[in-house]
Amino acid sequence: MTTIPHLLWLLSGVAGILILASLVGEVLRQRLSPDGANPIIENLNARISAWWGMVVLLAIAFLAGRTGVVLLFALASFAALREFLTLTHHNRADHWSLLACFFIVLPLQFYFVRIDWYGMYAVFVPVYVFLMLPVLSALRGSTADFLVRVSETQWALMICVYCLSHVPALLYLQIPGFEGRNVILIAYLIFVVQLSDVMQYVFGKLLGRTKVAPNLSPSKTWEGLIGGILTATAVGTALWWMTPFSPLQAVAMCLLITIMGFFGGLVMSAIKRDRGVKDWGHLIAGHGGFIDRLDSVIFAAPIFFHVTRYFWSIT
Amino acid sequence: MIPSVRSFAASVTGRAISVFARFITAPRAIWHGIEPVQAQRVYFANHSSNGDFVLIWTVLPPTLRRHTRPVAALDYWLKSPVRAFIGREVFNAVLIDRRPEARTEDPVAQMTSAIDEGASLILFPEGQRNASDAPLLPFKSGLYHLAKARPAVDLVPVWIANLNKVMPKGEVIPVPLICTLTFGTPLHLIEDEPKEAFLHRAMAALVDLQPLASAQG
Repeated sequence: MTTIPHLLWLLSGVAGILILASLVGEVLRQRLSPDGANPIIENLNARISAWWGMVVLLAIAFLAGRTGVVLLFALASFAALREFLTLTHHNRADHWSLLACFFIVLPLQFYFVRIDWYGMYAVFVPVYVFLMLPVLSALRGSTADFLVRVSETQWALMICVYCLSHVPALLYLQIPGFEGRNVILIAYLIFVVQLSDVMQYVFGKLLGRTKVAPNLSPSKTWEGLIGGILTATAVGTALWWMTPFSPLQAVAMCLLITIMGFFGGLVMSAIKRDRGVKDWGHLIAGHGGFIDRLDSVIFAAPIFFHVTRYFWSIT
Repeated sequence: MIPSVRSFAASVTGRAISVFARFITAPRAIWHGIEPVQAQRVYFANHSSNGDFVLIWTVLPPTLRRHTRPVAALDYWLKSPVRAFIGREVFNAVLIDRRPEARTEDPVAQMTSAIDEGASLILFPEGQRNASDAPLLPFKSGLYHLAKARPAVDLVPVWIANLNKVMPKGEVIPVPLICTLTFGTPLHLIEDEPKEAFLHRAMAALVDLQPLASAQG
């Protein structure tokens, strides 16, 4: 039973980082924005306090066990899907298929994860839902923009439900010698990917000069990207002893998930830019919506799941 | 029912409806050119769904919510005991009769007396749900008469975006999608302003809020 100490250490480490961040945020506020007028400082402090909330929620879910973790990510998936489908094309004929997305597909996908039915949750959305959902829209008879409507809905489900469900699915991998510690995989994935995001933001704000994709996002710079990925990979590698990976394997895994995370942010920015919005939503103060915070995890989770499953899991 | 039990049931029901509205629409209020502060106001909004006033009511801060009463159609809200309970007890609606031939009370008089009692109002000047492709149906004259009778009260335009997609007319189960409510700069009747000009100005003020909802979304 080394889960609890390892998890506690990781969570205490995160709490330590957040305490430091809160102190730095407070000092910056007093120095640069005593009247709350500097939007960057105010946003930074809003982000830090939202991080406290997210970490506390995650910790509670970890303590509540498998059901807690699956439930937390199902709820996050619901909020993300609500944000995504707010921006996609659909008309009145899609009412049933939209209802099915929220109240049938989403609960079933997370239920299949909860009962560890890999053969089903791996293909449910890309096969069964992919084929059946357009039927619901077709039955209502509207053909206007049909392909656009069904593709965007399918995309929303793949991103917000399918990909995200691979985070709690990590609980069910069977890795010899790692039994009972799978929650560490989730904590590790989220920690490394989000640390990379945060450090990309920090390095970008401090040193950012050269934009990676000026058409997509003004805030993504090469300086931020490299600084963020290297810092997160270094810290992730230093934590190799709590994972099933050797130090070298941890380097590879961290690079893989941080780069996937960056791609996630890039693709999601492209969608936002196309739809003319700055954020996906407004529910996480300072960050925007759920997808704004989860985009990197959404892209990293399925790859992390499958690579870990292929090389380390016996199932 | 004993009055205290009744009012407790009403407050619990109100809370439950609000929570449900938040779960489905995660409503977001944008205050643009106006602040959510205590002042006597008439919020006038576009009407695409029966959930409209619930959303306005939900995003108002609790201190404002307590004094805010929706103006609603009597023929709809008194149709069943459940609706009557929700309309009268939960939302304390000012129920007006849309049928001139049948009514015993003048709607404008009902609204002004609610204002004189200190209430703010939520009003849908289109008079019916807008199922057309136009952003707004032509306003009924009630808003003008109200503005004329109580010129000091702020008339606040509120654009409600997306609720027609959450629950299109004729559907029973709402789809979860994010709704945005944009509160705009208050209007007042200008001295000697003709009715048509005022109603036109009020409609324009409301439609002008439409792009703000998506740009800041």
